[in-house]
Amino acid sequence: MEKFEIIQSGAVPLPIENIDTDQIIPARFLKATSREGFGENLFRDWRYDGDGNPKMGFALNNPRYSGQILVAGKNFGCGSSREHAAWAIHDAGFRVVISSYFADIFRGNALNNGLLPVQVSDELLHRLLEQVEQEPQTQFVVDLVKQELFIPAWNESVSFEIDPYKKECLINGYDDIDFLVSQKEAIEVYESTRAWAY
Amino acid sequence: MKKTLFDKIWEAHVVRSMGGLDVFYIDKHLIHEVTSPQAFDEISARNLPLYRKNQIVATADHNVPTVNQHLPIQEPLSRMQVDKLTENCAKHGVELFGLGHQNQGIVHVIGPELGITQPGMTIVCGDSHTSTHGAFGAIAFGIGTSQVAQVMASQCLLISRPKKMRITVDGELGRGVSAKDLILYVISKLGTGGATGYFVEYAGSAVRSLSMEGRMTVCNMSIEMGARGGMIAPDETTFAYVNGREHAPKGERWEQALAYWKTLYSEEGATFDKEYFFSAEEISPMITYGTNPGMGIALTGAIPTTVPAGETASFDKSLEYMGFAPGESLLGKEVNYVFIGSCTNSRIEDLRVVAEFVKGRHKASHVEAIIVPGSKHVEQQAIAEGIDVLLAEAGFELREPGCSACLAMNEDKIPAGAYCVSTSNRNFEGRQGPGSRTLLASPLVAAITAVEGKIVDVTKYLN
Ligand code: SF4
Repeated sequence: MEKFEIIQSGAVPLPIENIDTDQIIPARFLKATSREGFGENLFRDWRYDGDGNPKMGFALNNPRYSGQILVAGKNFGCGSSREHAAWAIHDAGFRVVISSYFADIFRGNALNNGLLPVQVSDELLHRLLEQVEQEPQTQFVVDLVKQELFIPAWNESVSFEIDPYKKECLINGYDDIDFLVSQKEAIEVYESTRAWAY
Repeated sequence: MKKTLFDKIWEAHVVRSMGGLDVFYIDKHLIHEVTSPQAFDEISARNLPLYRKNQIVATADHNVPTVNQHLPIQEPLSRMQVDKLTENCAKHGVELFGLGHQNQGIVHVIGPELGITQPGMTIVCGDSHTSTHGAFGAIAFGIGTSQVAQVMASQCLLISRPKKMRITVDGELGRGVSAKDLILYVISKLGTGGATGYFVEYAGSAVRSLSMEGRMTVCNMSIEMGARGGMIAPDETTFAYVNGREHAPKGERWEQALAYWKTLYSEEGATFDKEYFFSAEEISPMITYGTNPGMGIALTGAIPTTVPAGETASFDKSLEYMGFAPGESLLGKEVNYVFIGSCTNSRIEDLRVVAEFVKGRHKASHVEAIIVPGSKHVEQQAIAEGIDVLLAEAGFELREPGCSACLAMNEDKIPAGAYCVSTSNRNFEGRQGPGSRTLLASPLVAAITAVEGKIVDVTKYLN
């Protein structure tokens, strides 16, 4: 996994709630057997019409917006467990998603793929969305080490939560497999002492 | 301290705790063709063997066609994914119920049906509806592909313990009110994010009185309110269902298992982080009108006119997509497609409800009604009971098993703009094909809609 430290960039606003993983990457694009290339079909049906022409009203097609940060309405990533959703967002160049609420599985999938979910209050999310829509060139700084989102335009910073272990993993580019495999002995002991085994 | 059902099973599976995270042991790992290829690649790239291959079961379900399953899959990408699964399973020695196998079917239908799913277990699958298996009093939840690889490599996950919620539904469900209506009702009350971060236990007399099929329908849709999973304490209904199935314990082992399973319930006075109470009498046949499963109303009700401040934009967008207006009733709306299937409602009990209703009736001429059984066994059982004949006479098409129009990864797609009353679990934009408009309902409501060709009040059929 790629290491994550500080991201400074503009943002793309998606002021829609309950964005489900079927919108992020529709099921018909899940047929690949590798992890690459999903970015092309990120938000496919919101981004393109039936003939493959870009829908100009959609933020990702709007040249005013750019950057590695996606700011989206609450309950982002609900629905299916497809990790392809996190892959697609990452593949399209995003490193951070800001929302006021993330669906559990999506949050985990994002963290396992070097994509940082930053949860903020409803109120702050609202202000951030407004700021980006009004001033698309606004820059944001996401500092994972300090667990801080800094908005230079407001000279304001807010802290965000992240599990300390997951933070370590992101900063160092580690993932859970190495750790779990290193636990083999403990797992074998557990298996041998189980009161009830299936 | 008094323990909940969830605590008992969770604690029995902690290999070790570190800070807020547990190394959590998984008893059964179910895999399918869509979310496993990258995981197999991951462990191969690291030269890791499958740690406990006997605890993995594979099936091909998401991509498979529902006609002519004996022929090679036409669609090249789908075929490739299914072939890849076959290849990976052969290479790693994993048991596979592939196309044509007598045990093939939707992963969440075959687990219970083969007795693989048992009380007290921990079960994962790279699929959010893994919550279905919680109906047996198991901790079962969906995981991402990176986690699929973790479980392949270690039979464990590194996760934090979710909070606990209990949803109690007491009373007696009315005639024509099914498990599907119960869960659509609950989700409409809590909203699609209402249980995010929680693991739900369903309790109360209305839940207890459900069959195993009904309980699976309820637990299946837990994820639609954001829950990590849902579960129901095992009881005589559960034990009777599991007993005698292919993978169920036999003889002395059955007795031991049973003794353990009987200890799996939430103790009186155990605490939950959140509790909700509903009465079964409030629930009537339900339908959804919007683009998330929380947007449900009583069939005879009206689409809301007001939503909480801040949600208006999403609400309007959703209604525009569906072609509905606030305050409108859905009664009388013409429907062209009816889909009965998916891991929510494709079990034999669901097919029986449909068959019983359509006996001597015929679908409306403008409706295409397809029924996709959840598994080969369900299909065989339907044939044995003559359900296939009844359905054919009524103009319903009984297909071969798979996920089908639930997520439209195969050819079974609803055209753009068309309405489909569907017994599946998600009405997201484009879920059943680009531009498709899905209305979620129970198998009975779906069958009545097919016959009427429009949405009607079902009460007239109930007496
Ligand atoms: S039937 Fe639908 S919800 Fe169930 S596993 Fe298949 S695609 Fe997922």
